[in-house]
Amino acid sequence: MAGRKATPLWEGRIVRGALVDSLRKFDPRIQARNPVMFVVEVTATAVTLILLRDLFSGRGSSVSFELQIALWLWFTVGFANFAEAMAEGRGKAQASNLRKSRTETPATLLKDGQEVRVPAPSLRRGDIVIVRAGEVIPGDGEIIEGVAAVNEAAITGESAPVIRESGGDRSAVTGGTTVISDWIKVRIIANPGETFLDRMIALVEGAQRQKTPNEIALSILLAGLTIVFMLVCVSLYPFALYGGTTLSLPVLVALLVCLIPTTIGGLLSAIGIAGMDRLVQHNVLAMSGRAVEAAGDVDTLLLDKTGTITLGDRMASEFIPVGGVTAAELADAAQLASLADETPEGRSIVVLAKREYNLRGRELAEADAHFIAFSAQTRMSGVDIAGRRIRKGAGDQIVKFVEENGGKAPAELAPVVERIAKSGGTPLVVAEGSRVLGVIYLKDVIKEGIRQRFERLRAMGMRTVMITGDNPLTAGAIAAESGVDDFRAEATPETKLKLIREEQAQGKLVAMIGDGTNDAPALAQADVGIAMNAGTQAAREAGNMVDLDSNPTKIMEVVEIGKQLLITRGALTTFSIANDVAKYFAIIPAMFVLGYPQLQVLNIMHLATPHSAILSAVIFNALIIIALIPLALRGVQYRPIGAAAILTRNLLIYGAGGVIVPFIGIKAIDLVVGALHLA
Amino acid sequence: MNAFIQVGLFSIVVTAISVPLGLYMARVFSGQRTFLDPVLRPVERAIYRVCGVHPGTEQDWVEYTVAMLLFSAVGMLVLYGMERLQYYLPLNPQKLGAVAPDLAFNTAASFTTNTNWQAYAGESTMSYLTQMAGLAFHNFVSAAAGIAIAIAVIRGFVRRGSKTVGNFWVDLTRATLWVLLPICVVLTLLLVWQGVPDNLEPYVHAKSIEGAEQVIAQGPVASQESIKELGTNGGGFFNANSAHPYEDPTPLANFLELVAMFAIGAALTHTFGQMAGDRRQGWTLFTAMALLFLVGAAAAIWSEQRGNPQFAAMGVDQRASAAQSGGNMEGKEVRNGIVGSALWTTVTTDSSCGAVNSMLDSYTPLGGLVPLVNMQIGEIIFGGVGSGLYGMLVMAVLSVFIAGLMVGRTPEYLGKKIEGREMKLAMLFILIFPAVILLPAGAAVITKAGLAGITNPGPHGFAQILYAYTEASANNGSAFAGLNANSPFYNITLAFVMLLGRFMMTVPVLALAGSLVGKKAVPPSAGTFPTDGAIFVVLLIGVILIVAALTFFPADTLGPIVEEFAMRAGRLY
Repeated sequence: MAGRKATPLWEGRIVRGALVDSLRKFDPRIQARNPVMFVVEVTATAVTLILLRDLFSGRGSSVSFELQIALWLWFTVGFANFAEAMAEGRGKAQASNLRKSRTETPATLLKDGQEVRVPAPSLRRGDIVIVRAGEVIPGDGEIIEGVAAVNEAAITGESAPVIRESGGDRSAVTGGTTVISDWIKVRIIANPGETFLDRMIALVEGAQRQKTPNEIALSILLAGLTIVFMLVCVSLYPFALYGGTTLSLPVLVALLVCLIPTTIGGLLSAIGIAGMDRLVQHNVLAMSGRAVEAAGDVDTLLLDKTGTITLGDRMASEFIPVGGVTAAELADAAQLASLADETPEGRSIVVLAKREYNLRGRELAEADAHFIAFSAQTRMSGVDIAGRRIRKGAGDQIVKFVEENGGKAPAELAPVVERIAKSGGTPLVVAEGSRVLGVIYLKDVIKEGIRQRFERLRAMGMRTVMITGDNPLTAGAIAAESGVDDFRAEATPETKLKLIREEQAQGKLVAMIGDGTNDAPALAQADVGIAMNAGTQAAREAGNMVDLDSNPTKIMEVVEIGKQLLITRGALTTFSIANDVAKYFAIIPAMFVLGYPQLQVLNIMHLATPHSAILSAVIFNALIIIALIPLALRGVQYRPIGAAAILTRNLLIYGAGGVIVPFIGIKAIDLVVGALHLA
Repeated sequence: MNAFIQVGLFSIVVTAISVPLGLYMARVFSGQRTFLDPVLRPVERAIYRVCGVHPGTEQDWVEYTVAMLLFSAVGMLVLYGMERLQYYLPLNPQKLGAVAPDLAFNTAASFTTNTNWQAYAGESTMSYLTQMAGLAFHNFVSAAAGIAIAIAVIRGFVRRGSKTVGNFWVDLTRATLWVLLPICVVLTLLLVWQGVPDNLEPYVHAKSIEGAEQVIAQGPVASQESIKELGTNGGGFFNANSAHPYEDPTPLANFLELVAMFAIGAALTHTFGQMAGDRRQGWTLFTAMALLFLVGAAAAIWSEQRGNPQFAAMGVDQRASAAQSGGNMEGKEVRNGIVGSALWTTVTTDSSCGAVNSMLDSYTPLGGLVPLVNMQIGEIIFGGVGSGLYGMLVMAVLSVFIAGLMVGRTPEYLGKKIEGREMKLAMLFILIFPAVILLPAGAAVITKAGLAGITNPGPHGFAQILYAYTEASANNGSAFAGLNANSPFYNITLAFVMLLGRFMMTVPVLALAGSLVGKKAVPPSAGTFPTDGAIFVVLLIGVILIVAALTFFPADTLGPIVEEFAMRAGRLY
């Protein structure tokens, strides 16, 4: 896979841009979208005002402490801004590459039969343009006439040209790609600003990012926890007053900010943007974040047999002679009959005969050869050459042919044909005149490594279903060989739609990959519909993701990215909440140690002074956001080892780790704070 | 040793009873045949005919909730009226006068919400009619309503693509007839056998050995006692509650009452498992609850048995021996001893019963912290009848949501996706609880009216207030004693806290059920978050401790925790 190159994490250009952007994000109107960080910003403002009051009234004995708390609260907001800006910056870096290929070049518009030169942005839906070799396609459209080689490197990163032609399943073209040969007539199907490229740029920049359903639910959880901890802090003031301690606002704010889930609150949007970004790096374009999330939940995956599980075409793999004929004799006849056969099957017979029996292709001009092409009526093809009448084709037709010539099929033929059919192959019977020579075993060739991929999918908890037009016998054999979980034989395009609806009725989420126009309804029905970029416009519109590489096995990467996105969110939420334990032990004894010196026992970290304890907790709370930016952007690693095993592993790392790490971190910061005499 | 035998035996008996009882309740609420049908079916049909209930018609969550609220509101009004008018009503041999308005409101709220907080002394305030027709009626129906809500919530989790969650009137009737009444009859007989009186006699005048005149209150104690424990009500017939020898005369009676407090709460986990078609799901919740119970019981018993280190320093022998129970016996009954008392206190606050057989005000600080924390985590350790299960289910939803993402799927519980709407309702449920505890407690500690109620200075006084609002919002009803709560300030604020703590939490949880009931369930696969087994138990306990308990850590620190350390340092309050 060509793949867009991943930008290094701390690339200077992006970091500089992110620093500027994070300042812009201090705007309360932007912060208000994130309740957790908004609370931090509001409290930071309050502490700053108190600091200013104390500075000017000159009565604050703890001005230095207040100053440091205020600063670190602002840093907390800033670090969260920076995380989001970093994620957006990485997207923008990709977008700027894309933008370069958005052309302002003139287009050749066909108007009332006349060619008119117009600027590309003035094109509207329904306009028809002509694009010739060397020109850039001015907008998204569908070829209505002609065939051309198109370089799509601008969007796929793949420099090898692809063929695009009118009619059929390869008719869609994308604005910004270049025609290399020939010419095409294109009907424009997108207005400026709505093109594929525009949407792609907007997506990777994260500009029009909408919160996904899971993000919304998670935000509700975080907002709820924030309110709970606000209740805790508000009520603590009278509680302390009862015990004779007057808590200052900076101290209460410090406790509040440490308790509310700032870590996940600050990194949540960065995680989402980075997930989209990773998808683009795999050359997959998701039309919404919702689709990426759904990909992690997919239960059933529908796959076309041809092109996904098997290489597109059947290949000759064996010559099985019958009735005393030698294998070489059969191979010779089969090769002769196939010399003019340009189908992949025909070519594979020629190749096999050459490889196994060293039979070279013969010069046909010397003989008076007459080729009989395959037709749906006769269901056989062959050659009449030098008085020999050789035919190959379906068993019953060849038997009929032999009988018409006064011959009789040998008894051993039927079992051979049946055996091949049962094992998933296609038997091709060869006869010469009145004599049956034998059978060619045409075999579906399973793609290399597909079995392992299915095993991996199974470990992820996904069921794979193969869709094929083959008869059930053949389909069953291929299913067994490839390791797919289930199959539907003799399928029509409607079968897919029906199957998806059946699965969904059981509450399952279904993913499918498609390219043809007749796939469009199923793509639209599927929860995750991945359209091949090489497919028709209808398919691209119907799906909610487009695979720019047109690689049908890409679904696995998509699913893994979806899962990774969710795992990262869950891990950081767990970590963030587990952190609260240590912060309590740092701040609570420090708050009340004057009123109740006995509470010093709870200072299990032996933090130097109350001020240093509170400050250290706040500093840890801010720094952990920075420390976790790489994890948020790269995502937690996903391994298909079963849900229980993943859960145990991640609970240990992020749950237990989340309890332990801050104890160490806060203690270390306290030592530094002490050494620098900051508190 | 004594502790291990008592706690061990208790755990075994509760576990053994919970399974058949849980499966029986699953049959009752699924409308399947049970052995009591021949007797109870005609009664049930008669009730429906009189009340105009159509047992075949199911309700959606809104109708169900409205029915529940309406029923509670009417019940509360009737009880209030009965208290105010009891002087003119029959069955009042002591000629007790009308109950004061604020106290009557507090008591009506208290019994309607299954709290049974008693700001009054039963024998000197309430007539037999008020006790039996007013309070005991609510003992049954508030418990039955709790069971009904839990069953509706279970249906929300386990039904697929449905619109309705059951019929409140049917669930209420069946919970009373099939579950509460039969068990109560058996338990009452057992208690009478153990010496608990059950009569309608005037109070007995007796001469003590010293020749002093003594009035011994009488009444229908045994029947009230059984529903008090079984329905996790906790409102005692007498002011001294189960510390009174008439309520809890023998160790065996004590044991039976303990089992009754946990029986239905524990059994409902199995009802849930059975109705979900996966008994392991029920066992998982049961295990998490059982572990939390054992930790609390161990801490309370250890702390009470250890006694007061200050006394030990003076050379007082506080060890348990054949001649004495040892430990901190202040405020405890000798017949119950340390273990019988500390175990009771743990159980009564794990479940939302609130009956007490010893005075919590006299507990060691740590011993007093255990019941406080038990309630603060939402009384989900078996819990109140019904409320324990649905509280635990909300915690399960929360756990699934926090950690469920870590397996790489959007969170689901029993195959149902937990999305924004479910999260909103679950968070509302979780938010209300600390709000109705911390805010009024905050107001009480800085107002004159609030401070007037406390009887001890320092952190202990604070603990009294914190405890009062905690038990009220948790609908527990146990008292830390010490606090003089029969004042307009406490009667009214606590009444509101009780009402909010019950209905502001049941409405979101029923809405949650309504939101879940219509969802399709995704069949589990290798990638599905497993909500049964040891990992989930650990996760669930972790989330309960971090989310629920840590909310109250600062407040508890200023109460029992600081008191504990002060005691170690030699300062007592």
